[in-house]
Amino acid sequence: MTQLESRLLDLMREDCRLPLEKLAVMAGATPAETAEAVAELERNKVILRYAPVVNWDRTDRDRVEAMIEVRVQPQREMGFDAVARRIYQFDEVKSVYLMSGAYDLLVLVEARTLKELALFVSEKLSTLDTVTGTSTSFVLKRYKEDGVVFEDEHNDGRLVISA
Amino acid sequence: MNYERFLNPAIAAVPPSGIRRFFDMASSMKGTISLGVGEPDFVTPYHIRDAAITSLLRGETSYTANRGMPELREEIARYLEGRFGVGYDPATEIVVTVGASEAIDTALRIITGPGDEILVPEPSYVSYSPSVIFAGGTPVPIVTTRETDFRLTAEAVRAAVTPRTKALILPYPNNPTGAILEKDELEAIARVVAETGILVLADEIYGELTYGGRQHVSFVSIPGMKERTILINCLSKSFAMTGWRVGYACGPAPLMDVLNKVHQYAILCAPRPSQAAALEALRRGREDNYADVRKMRDAYDARRRLMVDGFRAMGLDCFEPLGAFYVFPCIASTGLSSEEFCQRLLREKNVACVPGTAFAPSGEGYIRCSYATAIEKLNIALERMSAFVKEIRG
Repeated sequence: MTQLESRLLDLMREDCRLPLEKLAVMAGATPAETAEAVAELERNKVILRYAPVVNWDRTDRDRVEAMIEVRVQPQREMGFDAVARRIYQFDEVKSVYLMSGAYDLLVLVEARTLKELALFVSEKLSTLDTVTGTSTSFVLKRYKEDGVVFEDEHNDGRLVISA
Repeated sequence: MNYERFLNPAIAAVPPSGIRRFFDMASSMKGTISLGVGEPDFVTPYHIRDAAITSLLRGETSYTANRGMPELREEIARYLEGRFGVGYDPATEIVVTVGASEAIDTALRIITGPGDEILVPEPSYVSYSPSVIFAGGTPVPIVTTRETDFRLTAEAVRAAVTPRTKALILPYPNNPTGAILEKDELEAIARVVAETGILVLADEIYGELTYGGRQHVSFVSIPGMKERTILINCLSKSFAMTGWRVGYACGPAPLMDVLNKVHQYAILCAPRPSQAAALEALRRGREDNYADVRKMRDAYDARRRLMVDGFRAMGLDCFEPLGAFYVFPCIASTGLSSEEFCQRLLREKNVACVPGTAFAPSGEGYIRCSYATAIEKLNIALERMSAFVKEIRG
C-alpha cells in the first residue's frame, strides 16, 4: 500500500463523504492521484463498502442483536473456513470471526425480535452437523461502535481563545 | 480605595494580553467556531489519564522532589536523547516545572537583572516580553517578516546584540506563525551566540509538531550550544496535556541549581498526579515509538494542508507553516487591519481568530488561525471566511 493510500484510509475512515478535492488537499496529492488511489483501494478490495454507523436505538425499528460463541468440529478437508462459509450465508448473520480461546467462531446475528433470533439459533445454527455447541449473549446496549461513542459527545471544554 | 500606590508601577504598566478582549467577545457569543484556541483538540490519551488515576488510587498524593520525580527526570533525559540527540543528566540538569510557562518565567528571572536586555523574536508567544519586564529586564524585539517566512536570521540577531544583551529567546517551531528553523539556520545563529557570548532560551514545546518531512532540530544539538542554552519543553502540545501543567527546563548544572532554588521557594514541585501522567506518556511513547504523538501529528498535518489551501483559494497570501498547529495568513489585501478583520469576522460570521497584533505590533496584516479543531468545523469556518472575504472585496 502506498503512503497516499494509507493517508486516504485514515481520512476516509473518519468521514468517507469528504469531497474528492478536500481529500486530495489533506492527503497532499492532486485530485487525479487521489481518485486513482481510491479506485485502486476499491479494486484491491481494501475498501469494500461505504456505510454509515447507525445508532438504531434512535430509530423506531425493532431490532435485536446477539453474539453467539460457536464451537465446531472441523471435518476432514473442510476446516474452519468451510464451516464459517456455511454460517455467514444466512441473512441474519452480520459478522463471523474465527477466534482464539475457549470457542471457535464468534457470530454476530441480527433479527427483528427475540423469538426470530432464538429460532435462528435453534433451527439453523445448532442443526449444522459440524456445530457442537453454542452460547448466545444478547446485546443490551451499545456504547461505542467502530470508534464512535453513542452517548452524548464530550463537550469541548477548552477556552474559546487562548494564547 | 485607591490601590494604585500599592501596585508595582513597572508591573501595572504592562498591558493585558491582546487575546483577552477577543476572549471576552467570543465567549459572549453562541455557536462560534473558534480558530483561536492555542491547545490540542484531542483529549489526553486514555492510558495517560489512567496512570494518573491509578497513582491517586495508590494514595500517591505527597510532594515530590523539588526537581521532579527522579524516574520522570530519567524518562525526560531518555526522551531528549532519543528524539533530539541531546543528553542531560537527570540528577543535575533537569527541573520539572508547572508547564513550560513556569520554566520560561523562572529561567528569565534567574538570568535577568535591572537593565539587562533579552532578545525576543516577534511575532511570538504573548508571555515572553511581559515575563522579561516582570523580571526587571528590557525586552528587545527582533522583527521577523513574511520575506523570510518568519524565520529568525543570524544577521538580525547580530544586529540586535548590545553589551547589555543577556540572552536570546528562540521560540521555534513558532506560535503564532508556524515557522520553523532548520539546521543550517540554527548553526548560523549558534555562531553569533558563540561570538557574542550570550545565552539562549530555546522554547521547543512544539518540537514534535513539524511537517513536510522536516524533523525538528533542537538548538542544543548544535555543537557548543548545550553549555549556552536553557532548553524549555513540556508535554502540553505533543501529548495533548495542556491542563496537566507539566513542563521542564534543562541546562548546565550551575544554572539549574539556581533555577531549582527559585522553583523550590515559589512552587515546591509540579503536581504529583500530573508527574505520574507525564511519566506514563514518555515511557509508553518510548516503547511504542510515540504512537499517540504520531497519530495526532498526522491529523494536524492533513488539517494544515486543508487550511493553507483554503486561504489561498480565498486569494489570501498564506505561507506554508511547517510547525506547531497554526496558519498565519496575510489579510492586508482586504484593506482591513488585523483587529478589524477579526472583530468583523466574529460579529458577522461567528468565526473567532486572533489578530496578529496580539503577538506583536509586527503581526499587523496577519491573523492566527489554529487548526487544532475538528475537520467538519474547519470546513465550515473556511466557507464562512471565504464568504466574508468576498463581501469585503465587494
